[in-house]
Amino acid sequence: MTAKANETETAAAAVNAPLAAGSGPREGTPVSLRNLSRAFGATKALDGMSLDIAPGELVALLGPSGCGKTTALRIVAGFEFADSGEVLVGGRDVSGVPASKRDMGMVFQSYSLFPNMNALDNVAFGLRMRKMGTTQRRGKAGELLEMVGLSPQAAQFPHQLSGGQQQRVALARALAIEPRVLLLDEPLSALDAKVRLQLREQIRTLQQRLGTTTIFVTHDQEEALSMADRVGVMRNGKLEQIAEPAELYTSPATAFVAEFVGTMNRLPGELSGPGTVTVLGVSVAVIEGGPTSGLVDVLLRPEGLTVAPAEGGNGIVTGRTFLGAVTRVAVLLSGDTEVRVDVPSATAAPMTLGTAVQVGLPAAPVLVAPRES
Amino acid sequence: MAALTKDLDIATAPPPPAARSRRRGSGAWRWVVMVIAGVYFLLPLYAALRFAGLSGFGDVFTTPGFGSSLWLSIRLAAVTWVITMVLMIPTTVYVHLRMPRMRRLLEGATILPIVIPPVVLIVGVLQVMPLALRSTVWLLALEYVVLAMPFAYRAIDAGLRAIDVKTLTEAAGSLGSGLFSTIWRVILPNIRTAVLSATILIVALVLGEFTMASLDLQQTFPVWIVLFDQENAQISVAASIFALVVTWIFLMLITVIATRQSRRTGRGQVTLFTVAPRETIGN
Repeated sequence: MTAKANETETAAAAVNAPLAAGSGPREGTPVSLRNLSRAFGATKALDGMSLDIAPGELVALLGPSGCGKTTALRIVAGFEFADSGEVLVGGRDVSGVPASKRDMGMVFQSYSLFPNMNALDNVAFGLRMRKMGTTQRRGKAGELLEMVGLSPQAAQFPHQLSGGQQQRVALARALAIEPRVLLLDEPLSALDAKVRLQLREQIRTLQQRLGTTTIFVTHDQEEALSMADRVGVMRNGKLEQIAEPAELYTSPATAFVAEFVGTMNRLPGELSGPGTVTVLGVSVAVIEGGPTSGLVDVLLRPEGLTVAPAEGGNGIVTGRTFLGAVTRVAVLLSGDTEVRVDVPSATAAPMTLGTAVQVGLPAAPVLVAPRES
Repeated sequence: MAALTKDLDIATAPPPPAARSRRRGSGAWRWVVMVIAGVYFLLPLYAALRFAGLSGFGDVFTTPGFGSSLWLSIRLAAVTWVITMVLMIPTTVYVHLRMPRMRRLLEGATILPIVIPPVVLIVGVLQVMPLALRSTVWLLALEYVVLAMPFAYRAIDAGLRAIDVKTLTEAAGSLGSGLFSTIWRVILPNIRTAVLSATILIVALVLGEFTMASLDLQQTFPVWIVLFDQENAQISVAASIFALVVTWIFLMLITVIATRQSRRTGRGQVTLFTVAPRETIGN
């Protein structure tokens, strides 16, 4: 398929394409979700969700399926209605405004281009709905296609475009109406890995250049962390934590966030006094907010642990995964606990399968969670 | 009608490669079946042609009642088509969008007009309709709408199933298009084949319906053919053949148009009831 082969060059070229005239950086619009609740039968899709998005910000809503992230997006779009709560766009409640009057561009997970129109007409559709003249809207649609690097495909119909190209046209179409808010509903999850990576960068570059307030729904943590200004992790219809990607990773507020974002080891620990826990024979401080009594696990990142070969150490190497600069070493500790530890690949070389090693942890405060049976 | 549909289906969807090679050995049998079927369909036509003779065809057009009854049937077909489309397209779209679970129920409900004999329908209708409506020909169009509903619903439903109605509607909505505009600009162009299928079926139905028209005392084309048969059987048979040819040409025309359209937008090839996705059709 030639369409796919072209993907790489055009996607790269698009980022460097000149900024289309008349679509320069706009004043972004602030968006607030206030206490949104929505139930489908007995299931609460949203349970009092609140979120404030700054003008021009890209917020990713991240969570497992069924956590309510898509429902939240669809309520903002006007395709779904909240049982209670309100959505403020630019300070005004839009609850009573139909989707067609909300001025929001949306890119869907499934391919949503109109099959009966070519790429250019697809992009021009929103402008046509806004009664823009034919010449004017074709010109503008052409500019947007150039912006996503698809000018040569303007006359092609959706079935002649690859999946990645279709989503880029969909993005151009959503941006053509100069939306106040851009809504992205897992726009990359139907694409293959390589295209996904390129499109991720392209969306982010365009969004930053245009300064459009954007909500991006995804279940892919890597996508969320790499693209968003802030990531909101959702669970059971609530925002569990919203923070910048780095903060989310290094100081997750809850055990759920910690385990959903990145890889986490669980090590059985023992609460040994106010604010301290004993794990691997070491006493360390506990980050506030966790349980203060009962059986607990200590949560540690693979890079937060140390490992070194040691005769009579506390574990045995049971697996190695080469990840490039680092190697992830799996170690079986006494008590049948397995941990994964990231080690610079050079250091990991002597730690072959079966090597006795000593796993340790730095003295930084740790996160604890109720023990999972 | 059913035979016609089947024919088209087979003609447009070649068997998968594996099946094709396996069937090569039984090529002779295929011909046997084809010949038997061909004789079955064509022999009566040939007999009718022989019976009518060439002179019969010349006289058809000048026979009193031919023009007026054909014109009445054409007008009835047009009115039936308009009412059916206006009723069924938005309804079916709505069911797809908002009440997908109702599809089964509706499918069952729309079958009723086929299950209930037309005699029962028309007698019932004539009992309850006000005289004002009973005295016009348009009552018949309303009855035909009921008869056409199963065909129209099935065709449109098949067309809508081939596209992602919900996503397309939402995409159009977010771009500022209201529901009416979305149906007109986005949904309709993408179910054009289905609408054409429904059109063929409606036209064929109305041009061929006898029972209701006869009991409603309207001289539609089929009613005229039967009545005139008693006067001059040759011309009557010639008229039947003429009607058959006209319907056939109409059908071919629609199929050709629809196929060209679907080739442009990459939809599947055209069969009467379904729009097959491209991948499942061999090249």
